[in-house]
Amino acid sequence: MRVPRIWRLWFFATVLVLWWVLSADSTSTFFPPLRKILTQLYELWIVGDARRELWSSLGHFAIGYPAAGLLGIGIGALLWKFHRVGHAVSPVLYFVYVIPTAAMLPAIVAVMGIGSPMKITVIVLAAIWPTLLNTLDGMRGIDPVMLDTAKVMHMSPVRTVRTVVLPGAMPQIMAGLRHSLQIAVIMMVVSELVASRSGIGFFILEAQQRFAMTEMWTGIIVLALVGSALTFLFIAVERLVLAWYLGARAVEQKG
Amino acid sequence: MSPVSQSEVIHGRPPGPSGEPVLSVRALAKTYNAGQRTERPAIADVSFDVAKGEFVCVVGPSGCGKTTLLRCLSGLLGPTSGEVRFEGTPLQAVPDRLSVVFQDYSRSLFPWLSVHRNVAVPLKVAGVPKQQRETRIREVLDAVGLDDVGRSYPWQLSGGMQQRVAIARALAHRPDMLLMDEPFASVDAQTRFDLEDLILQVRRELGITVVLVTHDIDEAVYLADRVVVLGRAPSRVKEIVDVPLEHPRTQLGTRSSDAFGRLRGHLMELVTSA
Repeated sequence: MRVPRIWRLWFFATVLVLWWVLSADSTSTFFPPLRKILTQLYELWIVGDARRELWSSLGHFAIGYPAAGLLGIGIGALLWKFHRVGHAVSPVLYFVYVIPTAAMLPAIVAVMGIGSPMKITVIVLAAIWPTLLNTLDGMRGIDPVMLDTAKVMHMSPVRTVRTVVLPGAMPQIMAGLRHSLQIAVIMMVVSELVASRSGIGFFILEAQQRFAMTEMWTGIIVLALVGSALTFLFIAVERLVLAWYLGARAVEQKG
Repeated sequence: MSPVSQSEVIHGRPPGPSGEPVLSVRALAKTYNAGQRTERPAIADVSFDVAKGEFVCVVGPSGCGKTTLLRCLSGLLGPTSGEVRFEGTPLQAVPDRLSVVFQDYSRSLFPWLSVHRNVAVPLKVAGVPKQQRETRIREVLDAVGLDDVGRSYPWQLSGGMQQRVAIARALAHRPDMLLMDEPFASVDAQTRFDLEDLILQVRRELGITVVLVTHDIDEAVYLADRVVVLGRAPSRVKEIVDVPLEHPRTQLGTRSSDAFGRLRGHLMELVTSA
């Protein structure tokens, strides 16, 4: 039997209610009552101007994430197409890949300063990997019969990529983009924790340093809401782009 | 179709000495990894001609290099030695006037495109203008008995219908020759009969030349004007057998005739004695 979608949120609702009830009489500095957090959230983020911090962060995200996605797909496709170069480059790629971008942050700050270019660079450098590697993997996994079919139809290399390779690798590319999205959100915040004067990461860190715990929690909740919204948006896009794939898979599973 | 070729088809002989063969295979040999330790000869020596409008089946025991041969005939794979000529010119790449239907439709149809758009792909590649494209798509879908599934995706259709789409797509840009690699191997028996009759009908209506590779002897006899029998790998031509069964053929009538039985027996002997 199919349960209406809204009821699947029962656990989430329970957690919220428990949080609300159990924190109601809290006097702990670190865990203020949820009611207080929400009141302040309203005052700061909806009435007040803390939103500015969010817009500043999202601005960097809005440039960094698409750039990471496009570069990831582009470089992945090039490494697939020129596989001799690809094989030579791969070890270097994996070597760079295992360096946590957070560890590179001091170096990037040293070179680029603490402005927007640095933050965008950090997002791109960290978020590019899942998309790049998944693109490469997905394209390498294209059925050779598909490529023969393209050849038999006399498709040009560009058309082959557009009509056969890219759509064929799309399920994996989308999985990569989704992972990249999470990383981009994380790096958006991390880039604001170092020598920064703006952004939601800065807001959270600064509140904590002022010992304004309730304010800090509002920042964290806003971040969680934004992250969820981005994920849901992504899933909606994915359902559109991969409608054929999801449909075909459902048919396959039914047998 | 001209009356001349009609009578020739009825007598089951290769139509006319007139003009060059559409496909001419001369001393074709293919060795994988030639010169290396992993060297594996797949085709030793294959020669045969296919005349215009003829239906030729290639049979052989499994693993005899049939698919390798088909890839060489289509220009997807270069031979180690020997030559394949299509309409007089030696093959460099896949020739324009040739189409290929692969065995596994699910690996060759594009699952992200609707049936209509799958069939449109070769026409778009050939630069056929939109209006003409639409007419052609309707024609070929109609020719394979699919006129109302254009908006469906291939995976929403049965196996037999999917292979029909693949055939329609192969016919869309009006090729002179159709190469088929065990095209009916992944469908059930009844569908297989339907598709065999379909391809005979398409061939009759469009006057197209067909080369079909199969391991099924009955199928080869039922479809072909001539059958090229290959031996075990590395394959050589064991014999080229004429199939003088009359047209139009019917699953019940043709298959139960004495002539069919004799041809089948002869081919079976050739293939199993490999």
